[in-house]
Amino acid sequence: MLSIANLQARIDDKPILRGIDLDVKPGEVHAIMGPNGSGKSTLGYVLSGREGYEVTAGSVRFDGQDLLAMATEERARAGLFLAFQYPVEIPGVSNMEFLKASVDAVRAHRGVEPLDAVRFLRLAREKCEAVGMKTDFLKRGVNEGFSGGEKKRNEILQMMLLEPRLAILDETDSGLDIDALQVVAAGVNGLRAADRSFVIVTHYQRLLDYIVPDFVHVLAHGRIVKSGGRELALELEDKGYAWIGKEAG
Amino acid sequence: MGAFDRNLAAALYAARPAPEWIRALRETARLAWSAAPWPTRKTEAWKYTALDALDATAWLRCAEAGELGFDAAALVPGLDADRLVFVDGCYRAELSCVEAQPGVRVVNFRAANSGDRATIDGALGQLAAGTDNPFVALNGCWLDDGVLLHVGAGVRARRPVHVVHVGAAPDGPSAHAQRLLAVLGRGAELDLIEQFVDLPGAGESLVAGLSELRVGEGARLGHYRLHGEQERAVHVGAVYVELARDARCESLLFALGGALKRIDFRLRHRGPGASCRLDGIYLARHRQHVDLHTTVEHEVAHATTEQVCRGIVDDAARAVFNGRIHIHPQAQKSSAELSNRNLLLSDEAEVDTKPELEIYADDVRCSHGATVSRIDEKSLYYLLTRGIGRREAEVLLGYGFVNELVSRVGDEALAAMLREVVRDWLGQPGLPAGGDAA
Repeated sequence: MLSIANLQARIDDKPILRGIDLDVKPGEVHAIMGPNGSGKSTLGYVLSGREGYEVTAGSVRFDGQDLLAMATEERARAGLFLAFQYPVEIPGVSNMEFLKASVDAVRAHRGVEPLDAVRFLRLAREKCEAVGMKTDFLKRGVNEGFSGGEKKRNEILQMMLLEPRLAILDETDSGLDIDALQVVAAGVNGLRAADRSFVIVTHYQRLLDYIVPDFVHVLAHGRIVKSGGRELALELEDKGYAWIGKEAG
Repeated sequence: MGAFDRNLAAALYAARPAPEWIRALRETARLAWSAAPWPTRKTEAWKYTALDALDATAWLRCAEAGELGFDAAALVPGLDADRLVFVDGCYRAELSCVEAQPGVRVVNFRAANSGDRATIDGALGQLAAGTDNPFVALNGCWLDDGVLLHVGAGVRARRPVHVVHVGAAPDGPSAHAQRLLAVLGRGAELDLIEQFVDLPGAGESLVAGLSELRVGEGARLGHYRLHGEQERAVHVGAVYVELARDARCESLLFALGGALKRIDFRLRHRGPGASCRLDGIYLARHRQHVDLHTTVEHEVAHATTEQVCRGIVDDAARAVFNGRIHIHPQAQKSSAELSNRNLLLSDEAEVDTKPELEIYADDVRCSHGATVSRIDEKSLYYLLTRGIGRREAEVLLGYGFVNELVSRVGDEALAAMLREVVRDWLGQPGLPAGGDAA
């Protein structure tokens, strides 16, 4: 589904990713862990196509397509979803207007009729309740005045509505209490399917108690320095990240 | 083509039949007009707004009432209001509809009864008196009719008043005055919508506008002035508001750009406890020019001003915002906030913004600020990652930027109409590269 080979990227003149290799097959859940500044968020930005992140080498195939040649919105329409670590507030645009515009755009790309307002409202309310948010949140400005937890729930709500092929969760767990963490996990687990994959970027292994990954990778200095199964996350929790650097040289 | 001829302009309506009192006002105004200094680029209040647009065509033609099939109620779908309709400056009874309510008078000047005349004689022109704005005098020279709103003490107008000014003459240019006087008695309540629109195919126009709004003790006025004329229209208008003790005014000024749109808005806090919220939205594109000059006078203690103005400027258009809040020496415990934010959508667009706080009292709480910026890159990225196309994302962000103010409009029908106008405006194409707007 996603095949990253020797991906290198920089911001301005500063190299951040120094050769990432990663293969994600349909149905798999990969966790990417690593210390602050290792390039975890940059990976999500580069894959989603954020301006200012320059790819200097390597390739990314997504469902057989050259992902890096696609515009940001095309990647989203093709089924790539990025849950933001810090979701953006957009006052004046209601959550409902935002969600409808987004779902309409993705459906149009898939050649599906847009949902009428009534059916969409029903669907949005249902998902809203599923992530434990009052439906009032649909009327408020996008993420406007939302608490950290509410913003993250809103990201999961979007993911549920868009039903992506591949979801990248960028530290969605940071700053969450156990309740919100379980909501995020339930959202992901509910969407797990044979043709859908997840890349969970996290600093802590706590979320992985609820979302059991198939693979765990450790990112340091812009490279994946170690890969393993679920037990690697527990080891990291035990020992911290310092030993990785030494082991990887 | 030719220069704007001030003498011809003054004489334009001199021979037009009108009640004696209107003719007398015209004559007084004519003297004021000939004495008024003509603004130049060196006149501070006109520094960023040239009056060249007045030269661009021979404006000087009286407006005439023509045949017209027009449904003013459709302008704001769902708005249940008393409605007065003027077409090219002429009152049209057959398009208007007012339900009588005890204690409330909604009439055009020419239909004024003796009681109305007493109100007019006691107040008309007073709020605008002493201004150095020459277009107030021009408005007087062209006075032909107008709107009187009077809400008696303790009376709450059951329905909003919707005053519609329609430009229709296809073979413009048409020149006329817009005039309104509202007097709210003690504890009275009224919502007033002044809306300017042009029919498709309407020609050029020059309108000198003047509205005077006197809000009595403890009274509340909602005021919406909506300028949606076609882009060849020229409007030079002024709004004067006076608030008595504990009076409240909530105002939204909404203007699409045009060949020249200049609005001077002046509000005086005359009694302690008076408060106002002045919101402004302006949208300019192509080579349009829009200029909003506001002045708030805190003349007494314990008055409150909250002012938020936002503009979006695209293509080679230009917007001017000058917001002055003047706290007089005796105006202790004043509270005043002024914010002006501008969104530029093109490299050639220009905004001249000047928020001014002039404070002569020492125990006050005041703030002001202005920003001019491009579309926020992070917000745009967020929308793109949700599959929303770049163009649509930009529209959505521009919409959100002004919708924050539209959301403060209490009337849902009016808010819905404004949202539609904003979306429509944002969805239109801009200037073709290197080309001129028609």
